[in-house]
Amino acid sequence: MPELPNLKKEKNPMPVQSPKKRIKNFDEVALGYDEKTAIDEAKRCLNCVNMPCVSGCPVKIHIPEFIKKVKEMDFEGAYQVLQKSSMLSAVCGRVCPQERQCEQKCVRGINGEPVGIGRLERFVADWHNQFGKKRKTKITKNGHKVAIIGSGPSGLACASDLAFLGYDVTIFEALHKAGGVLLYGIPEFRLPKHILNQQIQALEKLGVKIQTNIVVGKVFTIEELFQNGFEAVFIGSGAGLPRFMNILGESLNGVYSANEFLTRSNLMRAYEKNATTPIMKGGTYAVVGGGNVAMDAARTAVRLNAKKVYVIYRRSEEELPARKEEVEHAKEEGIEFLFLTNPIEILGYQNKNDLKDPKNGFVKSIKCQKMELTEADESGRRKPVPIKNSEFELDVDSVIMAIGTSPNPLIKESTKKLKINDHGGIVVNEKTCATNLKGVFAGGDAVTGAATVISAMGAGKLAAKSIDEFIQKKNK
Amino acid sequence: MFKIVDKKYLNSTVVMMKVFAPLVAAKAQPGQFVILRVDENGERIPLTVAGFDTKKGTVKIIFQIVGATTKCLEQKNVGDYICDFVGPLGNATNTKGLKRVCVVGGGVGCAIAFPVAEKLFNQGAKVTSIIGFRNKDLIILEKDFKKCSHKFFVTTDDGSYKIHGNVCMPLEEMLKNGERIDHIFAIGPLVMMKFVVMTAKKYNVPCTVSMNPIMIDGTGMCGCCRLLVDGQMKFACVDGPDFDGYKVDFDEMMIRNRIYNEFEKHKYKETCNLFKKETK
Repeated sequence: MPELPNLKKEKNPMPVQSPKKRIKNFDEVALGYDEKTAIDEAKRCLNCVNMPCVSGCPVKIHIPEFIKKVKEMDFEGAYQVLQKSSMLSAVCGRVCPQERQCEQKCVRGINGEPVGIGRLERFVADWHNQFGKKRKTKITKNGHKVAIIGSGPSGLACASDLAFLGYDVTIFEALHKAGGVLLYGIPEFRLPKHILNQQIQALEKLGVKIQTNIVVGKVFTIEELFQNGFEAVFIGSGAGLPRFMNILGESLNGVYSANEFLTRSNLMRAYEKNATTPIMKGGTYAVVGGGNVAMDAARTAVRLNAKKVYVIYRRSEEELPARKEEVEHAKEEGIEFLFLTNPIEILGYQNKNDLKDPKNGFVKSIKCQKMELTEADESGRRKPVPIKNSEFELDVDSVIMAIGTSPNPLIKESTKKLKINDHGGIVVNEKTCATNLKGVFAGGDAVTGAATVISAMGAGKLAAKSIDEFIQKKNK
Repeated sequence: MFKIVDKKYLNSTVVMMKVFAPLVAAKAQPGQFVILRVDENGERIPLTVAGFDTKKGTVKIIFQIVGATTKCLEQKNVGDYICDFVGPLGNATNTKGLKRVCVVGGGVGCAIAFPVAEKLFNQGAKVTSIIGFRNKDLIILEKDFKKCSHKFFVTTDDGSYKIHGNVCMPLEEMLKNGERIDHIFAIGPLVMMKFVVMTAKKYNVPCTVSMNPIMIDGTGMCGCCRLLVDGQMKFACVDGPDFDGYKVDFDEMMIRNRIYNEFEKHKYKETCNLFKKETK
């Protein structure tokens, strides 16, 4: 008789570092399931025939199949299932917004909590990285060269799939290290850099070349890449350009874009004792925005010895776009959320009696107003509108703007014929990721504007398929 | 890794280096900059290109030893390597169609002003160069400027060499005398550029300035290098580094460049002490 599923309504909780301890370090917060917990959680899966979870996954991981292998204690087998669809499982298991993807569709979620798919994915990937046999993948090289611009999630996914198909892949990265937003954007306590490095090394073992310090658009144009023998180009240059609110005081010292704040901390490791890159430490921070980036910035601030950290979001808690787990962790770490609140001005310190006062020009406070939500409009969205005479001032030393980013401008500036939409995103055929230029494909945030790691990966994989078809057809 | 192939002290605190970076050299133009990291744990700093040799694949940088990173860079010698060297970044200086120009350089800013003057000279423009320093000992590139200028002035704040005063004095003198100048390029400390712009404005001559704010990535990603130009937020790395001097808010920029002063001072001291210990 087949074993009955585990009918517990709740997910197995994720073991974590205690809030008191973790606010003093940058080590990973979530510690991962052990084998026993993973198997127990896997047993909650009903192995539905129509697999609703898979429809929620942007890269269509065969979820019930990998969970079944976990149940059977065949962890390496489970990894092989994951690997068919994703080379970044250790990353995605940690950073995907599962509650809005696979887990949202899980039947167990109707009456209780869904299966902890993300946690199981992470468990399997970590198990493989620790104990898995390093198999040598046999790849027959086909001799065709493909260039990939940017080593973020879309570029890595595209490179991986093309390498498996035998292509000679070169990734060009503008920064001095590969990883893109996974490196400069997502903090160590959420995605340890050694996990990312493992994935990148795995790619290099497949023969993918990574050239850092190359800014395509400046060092090479796309046209020159073709002249250098590349037969196709994938643009995965991301949405780097930070947005500001265009309110008074954004030039003051102590106002950061989340990108700058996180880059200083993550890429340049400004939090370390002997860091050569400075960052404002201590004091009171206000983080503006409600997405994952805002959570990352706020929680980084906590770990930089903040006296107090506020997250200012103009809608209510219900609309908060960040992953649920990050919001919970942020609250546990003492971060205060000011919902239905919007900044209108940042005020600076100005000592009129002493123009040389070193504090002059630094942030002193942030002026905000309270908001309310309108009734839902036709699109079903409730708009935040200001409440009259509700202004108030909050004393802060730093303000971090985490209100989104626009696609990076360097490529479009040097590639005049490339079609761009009103938001600065590259225009592509959604089914193929092809741009209007022959042999040039694009995906990820460079197309959509800031979105998720997994959707960028999905686009990278789709582009890889299209690039393969394009080159095969061309050489027939 | 990028090899240092030449090194020379231009004065006690200003160093010239040539770095083997053929991909950068192939594309570099006057006005553009590079970002470098001296070693694996170093910070990223921007330095404007002071020259390049496409054939030899080298890029010339000139820097003043002002902080920990430039101190570490100074310690490197010919044959040593710099960890990262990326560029050319930013937009090239637009010199198109200019016939009569004045290039004004101040202090180490002369290193950036020189390739601009040279380019203008080579394209047949009538070039007046004015370079200013605090005192005689700090003068750099005098001969180089002389070679590519039709008219040439040197000023020192303390009067220890040539004209006693600042760069605005010969500039104003010329403009007052009705000398025709179509365009001014000012590159140097923010205060100097601010005053050159004020002088230029008085005589209605357009003035381009080169901004050198604090940067991290240099590709438009972090927004650290933002400045106000005509009331609009611009990023020096992708929109500049050259801007219309009339429109730049210099006072705001001066404050922004001060943000890490305390950290830098401390770090510089620490680094100097470290090197002292090593040589003992």
